[in-house]
Amino acid sequence: MSTTSTEQSSGAAAAQGASRGRRRAVDDIFGERHVYEPHRVGLPPLGRYARMVWRRRAFALELSRTNMRAQHLNTVFGQLWLLLNPVLLGMVYFLLVDLLRQHSRGFAFFAHLLAGLFLYQIVQTSATDGARSVVKGGRLILNTAFPRTLLPIASVITAFKRFLPTLLVYAPIHLIAGLPVDWQLVYLIPVVALMVIFASGLAMLLSAAQVYFRDLSSFLPYVLRIWLYVSPVLYYYDEVPSKYKPILDVNPLTPILASWSDVLDKGHAPRPGFLLLGVAWAAVAFAAGFLFFVSREREFAVRI
Amino acid sequence: MRSASEASAVETAAEPAIRVEHVSVTYRTSIEKNPTLKTTLMRLGRGERLVSEIKALRDVSFEVPHGTVLGIVGANGAGKSTLMRTIAGILPPTEGRVEVHGRVSTLLALGVGFNRNLSGRENVILGGLAAGLDRDHLEEKYDEIVEFAELEEFMDLPMRAYSSGMYGRLAFSVAVHMDPDILLIDEALSVGDARFRRKSFAKMRELCEQARTILIVSHALGSIRELCDQAVWMHKGTMKLWDAPDAVIDAYTEFLGVREAVIDKEDV
Ligand SMILES: Nc1ncnc2c1ncn2[C@@H]1O[C@H](COP(=O)(O)OP(=O)(O)OP(=O)(O)O)[C@@H](O)[C@H]1O
Ligand SMILES: [Mg+2]
Repeated sequence: MSTTSTEQSSGAAAAQGASRGRRRAVDDIFGERHVYEPHRVGLPPLGRYARMVWRRRAFALELSRTNMRAQHLNTVFGQLWLLLNPVLLGMVYFLLVDLLRQHSRGFAFFAHLLAGLFLYQIVQTSATDGARSVVKGGRLILNTAFPRTLLPIASVITAFKRFLPTLLVYAPIHLIAGLPVDWQLVYLIPVVALMVIFASGLAMLLSAAQVYFRDLSSFLPYVLRIWLYVSPVLYYYDEVPSKYKPILDVNPLTPILASWSDVLDKGHAPRPGFLLLGVAWAAVAFAAGFLFFVSREREFAVRI
Repeated sequence: MRSASEASAVETAAEPAIRVEHVSVTYRTSIEKNPTLKTTLMRLGRGERLVSEIKALRDVSFEVPHGTVLGIVGANGAGKSTLMRTIAGILPPTEGRVEVHGRVSTLLALGVGFNRNLSGRENVILGGLAAGLDRDHLEEKYDEIVEFAELEEFMDLPMRAYSSGMYGRLAFSVAVHMDPDILLIDEALSVGDARFRRKSFAKMRELCEQARTILIVSHALGSIRELCDQAVWMHKGTMKLWDAPDAVIDAYTEFLGVREAVIDKEDV
């Protein structure tokens, strides 16, 4: 396999290494074995990759924590600002919609609006934060070998950690609005899970794309704004006139946000159609984002 | 291929720490500095493709037995850093195969994975976790790292407030304290002031005395001569010579046409 010259040279090196008594016991060195080969198809063995990601999960958690600290999100005022921002936004939208609708909207609609915005923020934060995550990882990527998916995943962790306290803000509003409270609320858990899975796929997709197109993250706020407008947040899904329904139905976030509203506003389980579509979209987004990312990540080191 | 290497594993009792088989690495980079969607669309409109290929390594094969301290010398652009990155698993080989036994710690020319906006402490922790160290082990090592770098009062400052010497000191300290089986060092021996250089050289010697596999890339030929027991001369992506350090350095300096005394003065 190897050429004669290398055999000679390594033989000489081995002799010298042994003569200096440097060789350690074989067993304790073989704990880790890495093989690096070209991947013509572009994908590493996915099972091994997933295990590697899992083993380094502490890194993603720490990165998210560090980034939040850097944005002062660990302080009381930082947290307050995070909560205040969507609440204020919710008020603005409420006034706007209320005005357009000539006072037909009650407080229950405000609750719907706020809940939708809070859930939408998971996607929004994952997308904006995630898109920059790989490019920001510069030196770490150049000098350390680790599964790069941890970088966008850290953004999703941040998004999720920012989402949790908003539930506390929402809870009293839900009660004041007199919206139903019963066991059906457990359906919120799978709905949030779907949103997180969808957001992970999106974050991976965008962060990899950002390596190739550095201006992506400057388009993103506009895209996210429009995406919000075509999602059932500023209105209820059922009140959308049928001629606009097709727009809503091709939006991957519609089933998840409509399920969210089914549970919170109506107090019943999400319509099975929405749930199924939501699962499908989340799975597609995750698979597409993950496969695109992983097939590209080996190139990041030379592109950054 | 796999079965062949397994068969040879049975033959030779000890596997080498690093086995590089017919490795080639080709960089394909777009020429623009900051690729954007806008310029790409405009380029597509004109039907151009801006990609250049650089063959940084060409069919390189060698084995490094456990416990070898290998020095790598060569002119700028010879492919030394590329070789180190390939062994570290950062750059996939374009062709060939690299097999590494043991945990690798890298100290590459650009510093460890430092983010200048985060504090030194955060960088050390994040870098360690990314490299696969577990938390407890890292906490344990943290004080040692800081003490060796002598940066106690700077650890909570963002790293953009560090001088380049301080930066290099922290990088060096992190890499040598990670207890690697295999240590890859790329041009990081001559960081810091004269006192720290002496200290890091002493540390290197200590590590070399232990049963570690170490690869050192350096233009400080004196250090290579003193620390290493084997040396390679890389030339334009190929291995030109593998021999004892003295022989390699003599051949290399002769090739460069410089008197070694001139270089040695700048060494550690
Ligand atoms: N990120 C990159 N993208 C494209 N080409 C690169 C990249 N990094 C290195 N190269 C090219 O690969 C070749 C080898 O570079 P490398 O950095 O390995 O050299 P080196 O031996 O480390 O040089 P030096 O002594 O200057 O550190 C060079 O021709 C260089 O131009
Ligand atoms: Mg280099």
